[in-house]
Amino acid sequence: MRRWLTLVDGPQTLGHGVAFWLAFCAIVLGAAVLPAFVDAFLITNLTYFMVWVFMALGLSLIWGYAGILSFGQTAFFGLAGYTYGVIGLNLGDAGLWTWFALLISLVLPAMLALVVGYFMFYGGVRDVFVGIVTLSITLVFETFMAQTAGPEWTIGTARLNGFNGMSNMPPLTFPWGDSPLVFDGPPFFWLVLALVVLVYVGLRILVNSRFGNVLVGIRENPDRAEMLGYNVRLYQLAVFVIGSVLAGMSGVLYTLWGSYITPSSMGLTAAALPIIWVAAGGRKDITATLLATVFLTWLSQQLAVKGNQYALIWMGAILLVVVMFAPEGLFVTVWQKLRDRRRMRRVATAPETVSFPSG
Amino acid sequence: MTFLVEAYAFFYQLADSFAFLVLCGLGLAIIFGMMGVINLAHGEFIMCGAYVTVLSARAGVPLPFAMLCGTLAAGLVGLILEFLIIRRLYHRLFDSIVATWALSLIATQGMLIVAGPSIEGLKTPFGSFELGAYSFSVYRALLPLIALLLLGALYWLFMRTRFGIHSRATIQDPNMARALGANTSRIYSQTFTLGAALAGLTGALYAPTITAVPTMGQAFIVQSFVTVVVSGADVMLGLAPSAAVLAFIQSLLTRSYGQLIGQIGLLLTVIVVVRVLPKGISGWALQRNGGR
Repeated sequence: MRRWLTLVDGPQTLGHGVAFWLAFCAIVLGAAVLPAFVDAFLITNLTYFMVWVFMALGLSLIWGYAGILSFGQTAFFGLAGYTYGVIGLNLGDAGLWTWFALLISLVLPAMLALVVGYFMFYGGVRDVFVGIVTLSITLVFETFMAQTAGPEWTIGTARLNGFNGMSNMPPLTFPWGDSPLVFDGPPFFWLVLALVVLVYVGLRILVNSRFGNVLVGIRENPDRAEMLGYNVRLYQLAVFVIGSVLAGMSGVLYTLWGSYITPSSMGLTAAALPIIWVAAGGRKDITATLLATVFLTWLSQQLAVKGNQYALIWMGAILLVVVMFAPEGLFVTVWQKLRDRRRMRRVATAPETVSFPSG
Repeated sequence: MTFLVEAYAFFYQLADSFAFLVLCGLGLAIIFGMMGVINLAHGEFIMCGAYVTVLSARAGVPLPFAMLCGTLAAGLVGLILEFLIIRRLYHRLFDSIVATWALSLIATQGMLIVAGPSIEGLKTPFGSFELGAYSFSVYRALLPLIALLLLGALYWLFMRTRFGIHSRATIQDPNMARALGANTSRIYSQTFTLGAALAGLTGALYAPTITAVPTMGQAFIVQSFVTVVVSGADVMLGLAPSAAVLAFIQSLLTRSYGQLIGQIGLLLTVIVVVRVLPKGISGWALQRNGGR
């Protein structure tokens, strides 16, 4: 256990040491007590920003750490959302059924990712063709769900409703005597916050473990990794499944958050958003991805609320500037610059303590 | 007689679909084949061509010249973007995809802000002809011919001109081509411009048959993608067969199950083709003949 915990800091993640973790704890604690001080609207909003984090972290893992460009995150997002919708509408909020629906909504994307990943990685589909296959799958899902408007597209009592999507799913409910605990408002906020912390710390451990180091090795040179005896395809499959389940988690939480899901949440524009967040923050680091996702969803919402239509233009422009001038990502670039400068200063002020290894 | 009419109706749909896929795919395929850049803003070049055509035709320019304007406008935009952005990303495949995607978002939303959700369309020229119970548009019946003519013109361009020789040499081995005096960076720039202009021409040709909306690029890019992936990198060899096969699949499915199922059929075909023939039809043909 302790050995695992030491892996939260390592070569594959930025940010370590006492100061970083103190700040981390302060932010999490501050967020946790926030519902006592601010109004419900802000809490709902903050929940919304955090809902997207899982999908972005999943993409960071797949694209940034393993070097596989997947455009399919929103397909798993949508699959999970629709699964929760169908099961939730059929079984209602009695007993533990909503948790069952949540579980199945994560299992289905995992299974789809397993099939698609096996098809791709064991079938020799590489590089840019992975992007094409995943994008095609996303578009198939969107197109298929968009044509389910007719009454014949009904699963149990749940109508799929074509382009308008599904709505009125029950929130997560935990039976608790006479007054069941409904995860809505602050409880839902705490649940999502806890999940973000759990997934973030878990991913830090994962990418700094042997698994993560091998992933980075595969990203840098798949052939070399294979020559060294690693089963490249198995690692790629595993990381694809993990990333897709995370996208699914975002999908379920999004469906729970707004109690609706539509085909356009999978379409081309929707599929571009995770790419933008991850690329803008820095795809090779999960902390940068997390910060960028929260910041950019906040920014697009601010721009949309102000009533102008410039949100997508700004997103596009940010993406373009980052790709051109800071290909490692904005947050990562700034972070590294600051760290280098601090190191330089340390070297400059204390030259006698610096020793170079000989030989 | 009824059977013949039915057969012609199917053939008409097939040819229409074929023309659409060829015209959509051309610009994307040329850029992809030459420099391996997947231009996700391809649909927006098509939109640009359509908008300029519609606007200039409504300003009183005769339709063929309006179409020329649309083509040139898209080509010009391509030339500028190549110089400012694409040129810096040639060795970074993923980044070039992401950057063109960003351009696509900016262009779509920008056009929405500038020109509104849709603009008044043009009348389709030449009217229509009747056959049995059906009525066919003359203009749409002409498009397959235009598509074939374009393929012929490109064949001439790549096989018979100096530009063609230089560009084929650049595809084969850019360093060697440079050593032998081909100006590869100019060829890249010319190719990107040509691809953008062809996309503009597609938009211009379809402008009289559709309502131009800012998001129209998305409808075009999926079809373009599908055609190019199935075709593979060699445009001259793969594009026409790929469009023919896909048009057949699409017409069949559309006829029996509706347009959206036809679309899904295309996408599923691509997934299978990527798995079975990762280099597309042209890669497969070249391999069979002991080529590259």
